[in-house]
Amino acid sequence: MTIVFGVFLLTLMLITAFAIVRTPNLFVAVMLTGIFSLLLASNFFLLDAADVALTEAAIGAGISTVLFLGALALTAERETAPSSNRFIALVVVSVTILAVVYATFDKPRFADPAAPVHQHIAPWYLETTRDAIDIPNVVTAVLGSFRGYDTLGEVFVVYTAGIGVLFLLGKNTGRRRDKPDDAARGLRHYLIPRMVGRMLIPFILLFGFYVQFHGEYGPGGGFQAGAIVAAAIILYALLEGENRALKVLPRGLLTGLIAGGALLYGAVGVVGILLGGNFLDYSVLSSDPVLGQQLGILLIEAGVGITVTGVLLSIFHAFAARGRF
Amino acid sequence: MLETLLDVLSWLLLSVGGLFVFVGGLGALRMPDLYTRMHAASVTDSIAPILIIGGIMLQAGLSLASIKLAAILLFLLLTGPTASNALASAALLAGKNPDQARPLDEESTQ
Repeated sequence: MTIVFGVFLLTLMLITAFAIVRTPNLFVAVMLTGIFSLLLASNFFLLDAADVALTEAAIGAGISTVLFLGALALTAERETAPSSNRFIALVVVSVTILAVVYATFDKPRFADPAAPVHQHIAPWYLETTRDAIDIPNVVTAVLGSFRGYDTLGEVFVVYTAGIGVLFLLGKNTGRRRDKPDDAARGLRHYLIPRMVGRMLIPFILLFGFYVQFHGEYGPGGGFQAGAIVAAAIILYALLEGENRALKVLPRGLLTGLIAGGALLYGAVGVVGILLGGNFLDYSVLSSDPVLGQQLGILLIEAGVGITVTGVLLSIFHAFAARGRF
Repeated sequence: MLETLLDVLSWLLLSVGGLFVFVGGLGALRMPDLYTRMHAASVTDSIAPILIIGGIMLQAGLSLASIKLAAILLFLLLTGPTASNALASAALLAGKNPDQARPLDEESTQ
């Protein structure tokens, strides 16, 4: 049954992908990418990858769509006619597709228990998590502790991407804004969305913090929580006006959050060294190694969440300052 | 006996809810202009979630899952109609007059 649903969702994704390529209207393409991400998230969930599904739904379907719309506000709504040679593009794409299809022949069959990924290191993760970290969600243990270096790298990728976008778009405000009032007012004149949004924003924030701090017990963690918290504040900015959102979280504070989260993550690693352990070895953080591991994961997840929130909100404000939403 | 009854009721809710989603999708495809399409599609975010999540809640029984489902239903019931309202008022502001609405096909050929 899983296979039937999986093939159905993948077929829908293929159709959506073709529609994205075919449509000349960029607004339609943005909406379709949102649908594509939601289908992908459903597919991940079908494969029991709840953590990844949550990330894809929050970032792919949620925040990216808003950021794409922000980018669209700076350009035209329709695609310009392609001027370059499309034949070469077709050849390149075809060759790539053939290479990828050829590569899949070497992959193990779907849900094969003898697949290398289930034999190599996964059993060790499952057993060691129970003894050394003692949290139910093994994904969080792998992400936060066993592969802490990788996650640190990911945080710095997010950090670098945020800085890059801020450099490209610039942080200065109101330079190219046509009507300054628009961004100041937001959607204040639309009573119903504003009232419902006002009612929902506290609960969205609460859910964000639940995802952040419940990540050791259920699906979730810093990346997802950061996206959800950022979504709540973007909603506030859309409803009440960008300026009021900036009053709550000013630009300087957001830049501080970007650096502070990454710094917190790195600092946890350095404190590990100072206490006599290895970099990002949390066992030395407390007299009880298991408790130390849990504390370390909690701290680095907080760092991840802070950086992701800061980057997403900074990018949103950078777009909003240049165009009109 | 009670369990069979709950099962039957749950499947009834699920199938009727599914039927409403289908009707909503069909209406969104076949109706002539934006407002009638939205009217048809709005059943998928009002009655359909009530029926479908009600059906799943009957399957879940009295548990934490049911409470979570109820929270999701409340969220959907608040956001769905709000989104429809925002879409309709945006269309009205963009100059689409419901009184003189023309079929979408004609507009796109202009």
